[in-house]
Amino acid sequence: MSSTPNVGEHVIVKRADFEQLLDALNARNYQIVGPTVQEKAIVYDEITSVNDLPIGWTDEQDKGRYRLKRRADEALFGYVISPQSWKKFLHPASLRLWQAEQTDDGFHITETAPTAPQYAFIGVRACELNAILIQDRVFMHDTYVDPNYQSRRTEAFIMAVNCGQAGNTCFCSSMNAGPKVSAGFDLALTEIIEPDRHEFVVEIGTELGAEVMGEVAYQTASQAVQEQAEQIVTEVASQMGRLLDTTDIKALMYRNFEHPEWENIGNRCLTCANCTMVCPTCFCTTVEDVTDLTGQQAERHRYWDSCFNMEFSYIHGGSVRSSNKARYRQWMTHKLATWVDQFGTLGCVGCGRCITWCPVGIDITEEVATIRKTDSALLTRLREK
Amino acid sequence: MITPNDPMIPQQYRIRQRQQDNADTFTLELEPTNGTVLQFAPGQFNMLYVFGVGEIPISISGNPATPSKLVHTTRSVGTVTNAMSTLKTGDVIGVRGPYGKSWPVMQSTGRDVVIVAGGIGLAPLRPAIYQLFAKREQFGKLVLLYGTRTQEDILYRQELEQWRARFDVDVYVTVDRATSDWRGNVGVVTNLIPRTPFYPPDTVAMVCGPEVMMRFTVQALQKRGVPTEQIYVSMERNMKCATGFCGHCQFGSTFICKDGPVFSYDQVESFIGMWEV
Amino acid sequence: MKMIKELIHDYAFFRGLTPEYQELLAGCGSNVRFNPNEFIFREGQPADKFYLIRHGKVSIDVYMPQRGIVTIETIGEGEVLGWSWLFEPYQWHSDARALVLTRAVAFDGQCLRDKCDADVAFGYDIVKRFAQIIIHRLQATQLQNLDVYSLQKRGP
Repeated sequence: MSSTPNVGEHVIVKRADFEQLLDALNARNYQIVGPTVQEKAIVYDEITSVNDLPIGWTDEQDKGRYRLKRRADEALFGYVISPQSWKKFLHPASLRLWQAEQTDDGFHITETAPTAPQYAFIGVRACELNAILIQDRVFMHDTYVDPNYQSRRTEAFIMAVNCGQAGNTCFCSSMNAGPKVSAGFDLALTEIIEPDRHEFVVEIGTELGAEVMGEVAYQTASQAVQEQAEQIVTEVASQMGRLLDTTDIKALMYRNFEHPEWENIGNRCLTCANCTMVCPTCFCTTVEDVTDLTGQQAERHRYWDSCFNMEFSYIHGGSVRSSNKARYRQWMTHKLATWVDQFGTLGCVGCGRCITWCPVGIDITEEVATIRKTDSALLTRLREK
Repeated sequence: MITPNDPMIPQQYRIRQRQQDNADTFTLELEPTNGTVLQFAPGQFNMLYVFGVGEIPISISGNPATPSKLVHTTRSVGTVTNAMSTLKTGDVIGVRGPYGKSWPVMQSTGRDVVIVAGGIGLAPLRPAIYQLFAKREQFGKLVLLYGTRTQEDILYRQELEQWRARFDVDVYVTVDRATSDWRGNVGVVTNLIPRTPFYPPDTVAMVCGPEVMMRFTVQALQKRGVPTEQIYVSMERNMKCATGFCGHCQFGSTFICKDGPVFSYDQVESFIGMWEV
Repeated sequence: MKMIKELIHDYAFFRGLTPEYQELLAGCGSNVRFNPNEFIFREGQPADKFYLIRHGKVSIDVYMPQRGIVTIETIGEGEVLGWSWLFEPYQWHSDARALVLTRAVAFDGQCLRDKCDADVAFGYDIVKRFAQIIIHRLQATQLQNLDVYSLQKRGP
């Protein structure tokens, strides 16, 4: 065991010593959440040991398709991404905000939202980390702060893992959101796996990360090993299954709000809301107020909601966005245009989940390409020629 | 655990007075049960909670100079407002707020101010009217144009009559559909805009009503020469959280709860006429 | 009492009209007054005039057997009443009634039509001004038909 490494330093942890990382987090009372195989998918859930990780498994993703496959090796992080992102921990799909009791002179609040667990996230991908940074802007750095998100987020330990392979629906490099983890982590790992060598190059991101690492057996990473790790992620960047040209994307979306393609997408879209549920940046919710049978106890619950639901835009008299095309347009233009005006970044990180989990295979990258090819401004210029 | 500063926790207010304004519209005057007075600016709104039933956004329609009387006017049109309409004096409701941007009253000093209200849209404008009257000498001409469906729908009738009796404000009321005993103006509220005395280049207009009414009104104001950035509108969507988290009130690149509900027209004009935004 | 020519000059409707055209118009105008509830014109009658309301209030009505008099719009000071005089078949298609004592300048339709025919530029100017009134009336009707307040909730 060596002393505590410095922030910014790169060290090597052997596969055989990986468990020590989890032990160190366990000792700090973190609830450890990481990838694990469940119901024929690699999902993020509570794990207790390295054996819960998807050892030797990978995923194949394509439009409307997701399959697990065995790998030829015993990689711990040899898959792309899970169906759900870390959003389900930081911004729970269902949360009781408070409970209240009717009294003789009104009512009083008896309980507020449950105390947030202290999470350690194992295996956060670059795109997902960027999605977390995007949600930070929504919930912590805007006019108001969501205390439920804030408490989970500020307590969370993030062990990111650089991607060793790109999925067929991935386009993070187009969105400048990966594949290399660049900020916002406590520790960032790159898995190196060769026939007689299995280890992790770990970049120390924070003091906390350094302290945790100080409790684990590690070696200093040589320049050569660091370069090898770098090379892995550079190669991934060139393997992206999809591309999205973001040139002038905000203006492109704004000037094509009435593009005929929206109608075309609307004819295919089932408005099932899958894309918004799996999206790591989508944050919309609704609230529901309920009472018990006696009417004496009331509760307010918050649930994920989706702009694909008809009731989402309901105001007295009807829904503002009643057509499929309007609801799809709302979602996509939010990700690629209005988000920029609201929060200063694009709302898409190129994780590709919306493509994988769309039951009819609508592909945001294809739709942007279609609109770009038939951009109203371009058409006007052609007409004028 | 109780987190007192959670923005989703309603505070308790007692109904001090309830008034039926017309067939389906009523006004509640509330006072805090713990004595904490809610300071607000004209045009802001609160989230009002009926125990166990639900919560909805309602604009504040009382006087910002006397915030200890928290006044809301609403129409019973849904589950929550229907339940709210059955509440009596002494009953308690939950309040979160105030939220949102306000009418630019104090930014309009030295200028003519034209208020255009449609239907219940007079309610969110009333705090601005109170504030204008309170500092009347600081403004130029003051014009209030008010349109409703029929004369039965006219809100704050007594107050309108008092205002009309003043010499320092021009009050015009019009109805879309006249009954035989109505002796006032008939026609849409936009008809009044060319008829009233104000100096368009130096006028601030504050408009609140149904979206179509606001669009037509803005056109009429622009036609008279009021600059677009001096025209303000108050937008309506279905806020659930009022704090910019739930996404329900998104309108183009804004969340109406925190970027609005009051907008200068140039902020929203690229989206306002567009279908299903 | 002001000359009709001076009156024309004062009202927004005639803004920008050349002095020469003001003269032409004034030549067809005369001062009129209507007592409360007096009809200014009736539906179906020949439309041979238009009115510049100087003072008072006028309602434009249509009579319906079941509903009685339905007022479509009221018109007040500085506004122009009537455009049927300019277009065939020169017939009023509503009633106009003074609600209070109303003073107006009445312009003779036949006289003006003759002048419009004789001087096409003048005619074009007049038609454009009356087209504005018709457009305004049409847009107001659209808004009225939308019955926007029936769906309205509350602000915001």
